[in-house]
Amino acid sequence: MNISIKRFLSSEGVANFASSLMAIIIGLLVGLLILLVSNPRQALNGFGAILFGGFTDMKNLGQVFYFATPIILTGLSVGFANKAGQFNIGASGQFIVGAFAAVYVGVKWTFLPGALHWGVALIMAMLAGALWGLIPGILKAFYNVNVVISCIMMNYIGMYLVNVLVTNTVFDSLKNQSQRVASTAVIPKMGLDNIFRAGNSPSSVNAGIFIAIIAGIIIYIIVEKTQFGFELKACGLNPDASKYAGINSHRTIIISMMIAGALSGLGGALLYLAGSGKSIEVLDVLAPEGFNGIPVALLGQGNPIGIIFAGIFVAYLTVGGFNMQLFNFVPQVTEIIIAVIIYFSAFALLFKDFIRSHYAKDEDKLTKTRPVSQGSLGGDK
Amino acid sequence: MDYIIEMCNITKKFPGVIANDDVTLRLKKGEIHALLGENGAGKSTLMSILFGMYQPDQGVIKKNGEVVKINDPNDANRLGIGMVHQHFKLVQNFTVLENIILGVETTKHGMLKMDEARARVLELSERYGLRVDPDALIEDITVSMQQRVEILKMLYRSNEILIFDEPTAVLTPQEIEELMKIMKGLVSEGKSILFITHKLNEIKAVADRCTVLRKGKCIGTVDVASVSKEELSEMMVGRKVDLIVEKENKEPGKVIFEVENLTVKDRATGKNVVNNVSLNVRAGEIVCIAGVDGNGQSELVYALTGLITPDDGKIRLNGNDITKASIRQRNIGGIGHIPEDRQRYGLVLDYNLAYNLVLQSYFTPRFQKHGFLKYSEIYKYADELIDKFDIRSGQGARTITRSMSGGNQQKAIIAREIDRDPDLLIAVQPTRGLDVGAIEYIYKKLIAERNKGRGILLVSLELDEVMNVSDRILVIYEGEIVAELDPKTTTVQELGLYMAGSKRGIVA
Ligand SMILES: Nc1ncnc2c1ncn2[C@@H]1O[C@H](COP(=O)(O)OP(=O)(O)OP(=O)(O)O)[C@@H](O)[C@H]1O
Ligand SMILES: [Mg+2]
Repeated sequence: MNISIKRFLSSEGVANFASSLMAIIIGLLVGLLILLVSNPRQALNGFGAILFGGFTDMKNLGQVFYFATPIILTGLSVGFANKAGQFNIGASGQFIVGAFAAVYVGVKWTFLPGALHWGVALIMAMLAGALWGLIPGILKAFYNVNVVISCIMMNYIGMYLVNVLVTNTVFDSLKNQSQRVASTAVIPKMGLDNIFRAGNSPSSVNAGIFIAIIAGIIIYIIVEKTQFGFELKACGLNPDASKYAGINSHRTIIISMMIAGALSGLGGALLYLAGSGKSIEVLDVLAPEGFNGIPVALLGQGNPIGIIFAGIFVAYLTVGGFNMQLFNFVPQVTEIIIAVIIYFSAFALLFKDFIRSHYAKDEDKLTKTRPVSQGSLGGDK
Repeated sequence: MDYIIEMCNITKKFPGVIANDDVTLRLKKGEIHALLGENGAGKSTLMSILFGMYQPDQGVIKKNGEVVKINDPNDANRLGIGMVHQHFKLVQNFTVLENIILGVETTKHGMLKMDEARARVLELSERYGLRVDPDALIEDITVSMQQRVEILKMLYRSNEILIFDEPTAVLTPQEIEELMKIMKGLVSEGKSILFITHKLNEIKAVADRCTVLRKGKCIGTVDVASVSKEELSEMMVGRKVDLIVEKENKEPGKVIFEVENLTVKDRATGKNVVNNVSLNVRAGEIVCIAGVDGNGQSELVYALTGLITPDDGKIRLNGNDITKASIRQRNIGGIGHIPEDRQRYGLVLDYNLAYNLVLQSYFTPRFQKHGFLKYSEIYKYADELIDKFDIRSGQGARTITRSMSGGNQQKAIIAREIDRDPDLLIAVQPTRGLDVGAIEYIYKKLIAERNKGRGILLVSLELDEVMNVSDRILVIYEGEIVAELDPKTTTVQELGLYMAGSKRGIVA
């Protein structure tokens, strides 16, 4: 084989992609198994719906991008914080406060003209999310409070606070949810609805997906190309050595948690300003998009570009899951199946290093294995 | 001939490097067999193969003449092979006892049979003179105690073949003496030992035979009694090595670094671990802090470099008070620091070599513009340093530092800190884990810096080193500077007495 091809195949990116793919296959197999157990007669049809549902028509494909948008952002949020060694399990709270800020601006600040309206709504959402990330960041940096614990706390505070705020400011008491935002606050479609539609029925896709992708690229650049990214990764990989090198770990942790929060907040804004008719419901439920960021970040192996694809993949499964209803699967069951596939894929990745070390013996001879394993997600150092 | 272990024609390749190239090593039963070679020669790799952590690309391993396959450390264990690694592998927040039995716990109805295990550990530690406190946490005990735990781990598993990878690099001279005794005791009980070290004295003192590696190749195996130290080092490096460095006389210049009444309290006990220390370093001199490990050197250096805040006292660099300065300010202000614990403080092991080489300078205009890193500059600079300091690794600047040999990791830190050209270089045991060739080079470098008018504060546990390179010796004992000596007029014996606390001098 040509040397450069060999090097490409043994490069880290390819190795990571291959292990993500393996993990997804394992996840799918487990999902199939559960389907076979729960409903043997329709299992294969249902499985087919999951696998190909996202592709059946242009509308479904559009829906994939629509569902991918918020989880790409929460995935980026979790992945980014993890680079600094922090496990941001607070994406859910950051997401919902961001969503509220966006909806509030969307409903109330109608004095803002045109594009400025949704633009300002997004910025306010990012600020709100950043604030929700800032607090655990400060607690960690100055009081060494475990980020996982403070994030869980912030999730609940965020959820209840948003419930109170929605009820008192932008409440639609008939539907027990937030009011509709002004049309100027809705993210533009940019013609996407004309491409991704089935007959007369357009999908909910909008420019949000571009914003998510741009966010991914910006995060990639921050992590890989900048001085701050260098410091951030150093803090995540070895806090003692970072201290020795004069890196201000307090500052680094706080800023990275703020950026993580801003990403989640942006995700919340993009979902609720999508113009799909979705509003913030006053329920005592933590926003699931925040938690879905965790498997997305895992599947993307912490790489921002990988996370974009992982988000699209998870959304693809979600859309496929809706199609399972064609085969008489109740929504609860599909949700379980989809969750199983996603989480099993993510878990398979957690065991990647373990699996690798077992395979390494034969592979070693090809000197293909990476000498060191990358730290896997999680771990609040 | 009855060899207990034979490693025949072993070849092991890593990306970009042949770590072992057709190496044959035979271990007799009941001998101490030393393994000698430059940094990166492939010693640790060869031993890791024997311990089942790597598979050789070619070659076979025989035990008592029979070919065996060692797929993982468990296999090695079953064959009676145990290893104490260059960097220990203990669970920090487990107790000594828990660490020893980890992986071979015996249970009864699902409950650990701790009492039996404890009795057995105590019996072993008695028999081999390995005193430990079974209930102490690993994170609370000294490095040499941790090493004992590693040895007990092997004995607890009834290992017959014991591999020691640079066990003495982390020990004080006194502890080394003790370890040597322990090792001799082990072979007299019928164990066989493979012993990696860079110190020829130690080989002469305990080893029966010695195998020398150079750049992955086996140079030969010799009877230690029949060769001189000089011959050994020549076999290893391929040239004569001289550790007695030439040093011209030089009047030191003005004071560049001053420490006044520095005190550091232990957080737990409130005792002064650094007690009212005053010292200064002048331009163009090497001041050595000599002392037995654990007498406050580490804390003193942490306080000087900003890793901990002193409780009292003043530090001045070039006349500026830096007592409250941040670590970054000190680094920029002209302090270089070769830390004691290279893996904890000195390196981000998962960064590549180039990143580690700019760990203290990535933010300077040379490597950064508007917050964006200039990678081509970084790699260019890394290649320069790799060349200048002969840092050996598989893939050059892009090698993940974790995969580098211990000595080459150390060289990377030294290169980074010296090349920044600091006014004051604080070097803590800079030659730990280096081969004699590299040590010679580092001594020359330190002296060149001194001749250029830089100040060097050297913390060392090794008397030879202290006597050899320093211009002035400060002896530290129980956190206090107890003597100031001139290496030209002091003897090693005298220095030893001060270090042991049995003699006190007048401190200027
Ligand atoms: N896991 C690994 N992946 C890639 N390269 C490796 C790995 N382990 C060792 N090497 C390379 O193999 C060579 C031999 O390393 P080894 O650790 O065996 O040296 P050593 O003789 O023990 O040196 P030292 O005296 O510095 O400890 C080095 O060039 C090192 O970079
Ligand atoms: Mg080694």
